[in-house]
Amino acid sequence: MIFDNIDMDIERSKVTAIMGPSGSGKTTLLKLIGGQLKPDSGSVFVDGENVHQLSQSALYDLRRRTMGMLFQSGALLTDLSVYDNVAFPLREHTTLPEAAIHHLILLKLEAVGLRGARHLMPAELSGGMARRVALARAIALDPQMIMFDEPFTGQDPISMGVLVKLIHDMNQALGMTAVVVSHDVNETASISDYIYVISDGKVVQSGSPEELKHSDSAWVKQFLDGDADGPVPFHYAAKPLIDDLMGGIKSVRS
Amino acid sequence: MIADKVLNKLQQIGYKTLSRFNRVGRASLFLWQVLLSLPYVIQRPRLLVRQLYYVGVQTLLIILVAGLFVGMVLALQAYIVLVDFGAEESISLMVSLSILRELGPVFTGLLFAGRAGSALTAEIGLMKSTEQLSGMEMMAVNPMKYIIAPRFMAGVIAVPLLTSIFMAIAILGGYFVATEMLGIYEGVFWSQMQNNVDFYDDVINGMIKSLVFGFVVVWIAVFEGHDCMPTSEGLGQATTRTVVHGSLAVLGLDFILTALMFNV
Amino acid sequence: MNTRNIEILVGAFVVLAVIAMVMLSLKVSNLASYGGDDDSYEIQAQFDNIGGLKERSPVSAGGVRVGKVSAITYNNKQFTAVVTLQIEGKYQFPVDTSASILTAGLLGEQYVGLGPGGDEENLVAGGEIDITQSALVLEQVIGQFLYSKAQEE
Repeated sequence: MIFDNIDMDIERSKVTAIMGPSGSGKTTLLKLIGGQLKPDSGSVFVDGENVHQLSQSALYDLRRRTMGMLFQSGALLTDLSVYDNVAFPLREHTTLPEAAIHHLILLKLEAVGLRGARHLMPAELSGGMARRVALARAIALDPQMIMFDEPFTGQDPISMGVLVKLIHDMNQALGMTAVVVSHDVNETASISDYIYVISDGKVVQSGSPEELKHSDSAWVKQFLDGDADGPVPFHYAAKPLIDDLMGGIKSVRS
Repeated sequence: MIADKVLNKLQQIGYKTLSRFNRVGRASLFLWQVLLSLPYVIQRPRLLVRQLYYVGVQTLLIILVAGLFVGMVLALQAYIVLVDFGAEESISLMVSLSILRELGPVFTGLLFAGRAGSALTAEIGLMKSTEQLSGMEMMAVNPMKYIIAPRFMAGVIAVPLLTSIFMAIAILGGYFVATEMLGIYEGVFWSQMQNNVDFYDDVINGMIKSLVFGFVVVWIAVFEGHDCMPTSEGLGQATTRTVVHGSLAVLGLDFILTALMFNV
Repeated sequence: MNTRNIEILVGAFVVLAVIAMVMLSLKVSNLASYGGDDDSYEIQAQFDNIGGLKERSPVSAGGVRVGKVSAITYNNKQFTAVVTLQIEGKYQFPVDTSASILTAGLLGEQYVGLGPGGDEENLVAGGEIDITQSALVLEQVIGQFLYSKAQEE
């Protein structure tokens, strides 16, 4: 079991962060929201629709209308150029003439600062650039909500700053709802309106960044401050060191 | 103790059997979904043409070279056997019948599994592990339609085309050896062939075989790619499985089809 | 690789495959002889023994291929094999033509050889060849040889 009795509300036009240690199922949560995974029990509502009760075509319709997702790797189509990647959802889902699509693509790429890189192939992009292109692609159809899967992981400080600014701007300027899954505490806290901290399949605490900073839970404190030892012990569960050492000698002797 | 071990072994066997069946079931469902997605491909011939390039044109060279040498070596071997009976004029018959009925479809199927099948599995598996398939789903584009179906259709079309090219080039290879090296008259070579090779029994049956082989090999290849564990290890295993299972399927089906077609 | 080049190469690939198929059907196999059925006519010949003759075996006259065996049946009243010969329309034979089953080489395939007679009237569709010579069956020849040897002694 990955989640146990989780209840979350994601408000419209707000940045909601879901934080937790690695392996706590944050990405799984996004896949549940997007309808890529089905829960054994429970339900997910997006824009008033129960995601897991929809037929496949209705689900695809819901995704097209309301959801964009930014994957950790960017998930750009490797055989298409930057330009064609951003064009992909437009060409698939709209009947716009190519000239209109061209303008839209340039605007979206301008928003992420990569208009000049439109002829590059995904293999020629750095990790941060790939994520920005993926973001441009995710907003191509102007979805109501964008889900960010670990947007900051493995980025240098500059690209991290760029991504933080982009998420913030999209939310502020376009009023897009953002769901950010991350364990980069400072970056996430700086842009989110509300934070859920999950661990072991449960919501440990939730609240605004301010509230969480003053949390009295030792676990949350350790997580936010990044302490090496605390409620989550430094050592993986084991019998005492002295027993292990002595036991080793005994078994060699016998 | 011993009873425990036996029970454990039994459970293991049971588990493996069940997971085999599970896999076959998933593969069948997968095939059904692919077939349902085929109309989409017809609306987008561009996607199909692109995949025909990858699975067809890029396999062409190995097919040409292999076909040429198979035809040439068959002519030599046929000569060695037939010359003892003074029947070396029947070289063309032996070359053409073995190429058309067996070697053409089987060789092409095996080479296709090794060259294009493994590439298909690796490509789709890599797309899965880099989240491209998931990404597409979240963009509300069904990867079954956009990625899998064009590749499947291109493969099913390409294999019979490649097979006919293999057959033609192999017979030309045999013709070259027979006339230039072994001194068979050109007219004898072709007339012997025409008198004994039947269009429906030999050529069409060979093409039907290749259609079946292509269908099965491409099915295995795209399924393995789509079903693989999205890790570098899982990818490697899936690619190997495509080649091994694809080749075995070609050889096994060849036996069945031959038994059915030639009423042995 | 741009789209145009890919499309050109795929086009070339398909053309190559079509050429190969045309070669397989016309040069390698007998599809051409299926097509020429229109102006051909059929005649029948009865043989006591047809040996290894098969459908589609060639029919030749003076070494030239003039048609093929289109059907082989067994006449259950006269106890003979009835062979239907399909002759190309451009070849005509007198009514007293003879047909014999011959073998190409010592162990080669069997075919029907026509020996034209001298009559002024020609065979027409549905006609029958009266003078026939059965296939030479090696076992029978050897058997007869041994029998006659035994009688001499």
